[in-house]
Amino acid sequence: MIDGLSFLLIGAGGFFYLAGSIGLLRLPDLYSRLHALTKADNLGLGLLVTGSALQLPEPLIVFKLLLIWLAVLAASAASAHLIARHARRQEARP
Amino acid sequence: MNELIALAALALMLSLLLGLMRVLRGPSAGDRMLATQLIGTAGVGTLLLLSLLLDQPALLDVALILALLAAVAAAAFTGQRQEARHD
Amino acid sequence: MSATSLLVFDGLLLVSMVSLAWAALASTDERRSVILFMAFGLVVALAWARLLAPDVALAEAAIGAGLAGALLLTAGREQRQPTPVHGAAGVHKRHDAPLGSALRWAVTSMSAALGGTLAWALAHAFSRGPQDGLAQAVSANLPDSGVSNPVTAVLLNFRAYDTLLELAVLLAAVLGILALGRERPGYAASGPVFDGLVRWLVPVLILTAGYLLWVGAHAPGGAFQAGATLAAAGVVLRLAGRRCIGLPQGTTLRILMSAGVGMFLLIGLALLGFGRPFLGYPAAWAGVLILVIESAAMVAIAVTLVLAFLGGRPQPIRVDALGRAPALPPVAAPSGRTREAMPRAESATAEALERCNEEKVRC
Repeated sequence: MIDGLSFLLIGAGGFFYLAGSIGLLRLPDLYSRLHALTKADNLGLGLLVTGSALQLPEPLIVFKLLLIWLAVLAASAASAHLIARHARRQEARP
Repeated sequence: MNELIALAALALMLSLLLGLMRVLRGPSAGDRMLATQLIGTAGVGTLLLLSLLLDQPALLDVALILALLAAVAAAAFTGQRQEARHD
Repeated sequence: MSATSLLVFDGLLLVSMVSLAWAALASTDERRSVILFMAFGLVVALAWARLLAPDVALAEAAIGAGLAGALLLTAGREQRQPTPVHGAAGVHKRHDAPLGSALRWAVTSMSAALGGTLAWALAHAFSRGPQDGLAQAVSANLPDSGVSNPVTAVLLNFRAYDTLLELAVLLAAVLGILALGRERPGYAASGPVFDGLVRWLVPVLILTAGYLLWVGAHAPGGAFQAGATLAAAGVVLRLAGRRCIGLPQGTTLRILMSAGVGMFLLIGLALLGFGRPFLGYPAAWAGVLILVIESAAMVAIAVTLVLAFLGGRPQPIRVDALGRAPALPPVAAPSGRTREAMPRAESATAEALERCNEEKVRC
């Protein structure tokens, strides 16, 4: 039962990662690529983390996994913002 | 279970390769930076799965470090110098 | 089933490493090369993890993924823009002088010889089994070393001289950096998004550094990885445009810089005084001594890496009445003006240093 749930979660995580990368290749514009990548990847990572936490239920490891996910969330959001702002500045220059 | 984890790791590595194409092709530097972020996040996911597969809890520490330092590269790339204010 | 998946995984990893390395070297744009090199570092960290070498993977993730990219990008920026440029920043194309054909042949043959030697060494290594190497000796002596992580035991106990000399090399590098002159100009104050990230990222990085230092005794970790993480905290503060990045000034800085070599020498000479060989720890005290040396080494490594990022001698920080550090003076000021400004700065420096040290939170 737990294994089946992990199965689903990890599988879904991998799928979302692939979807994000396909978006990275196919979308026309830097901003839409940022959008697709940040959202899909973070969701995929969250699903992977939940699936892994079910496999290794020790408290220290679950805490580490949660910390990893939160750090990636915040860092991806800040990086996406920085990259988008930089691209806008580059466009605004003559 | 192990088979699925290995397959998921493969899927992540595939997505990393797709991101690689964007790194090599991407017309602007922002595209390359973006693809590097993808490699970072896919790397964190891969390390998670590898730590399950190879039974190495230390790889979670590596994933933690990667996650924490992911923003540093983007910040270094987009940072504005002090003298930008004086332009 | 999972074996074939892993095989394909390894193959894809190899392909990405080689193509990233090739693209980084073949690129004509400096910035593009640096970004490709950063991506390469990330993939190499994955390769180390796959090879079951978590200590190296940790070091590669801390240095290659984070700090090396920031260092190279900062240095490249300084080279491209010594003075403010109007309009587009422009792409810096490499202006290599064309190599003479004799020189080119010499370089090619030397590279081929090096590659051949490496290939021979690799083939030789594959033909030997793990029982022929030093792994047996290390695991036999591990209980007496004071730690249970074999990598830390080798670095800090069995081969302590090597680590001492490596730290001495780092110290020499720091002295070279200080001799370069003033630090590079800082970054503009960042917007609220990055500032918010930095507010929680820096404490977490400091905690993680402490964790890596402590866990190095029984699991992958250790002084070098902890030092790199601590340095990343300083680098992140610098990138956010903060004036005070937690780097001490004056004598304290000098003490911390030499702390790694200093602690090694102190403990080694003290052991000599007690009649033991130089750096021959008694088995009961080995764990404690190793932890003390590693703490000092962590601080020294962190200071070295932050100074490398600063690119020169850190300038004294002037703090106003409210404890805020004003913006940095413009870089392009002619030397006459800065020489007048210096004596005023020197007199205010002393009390400013006290205030900055007290109000570390504000800084």
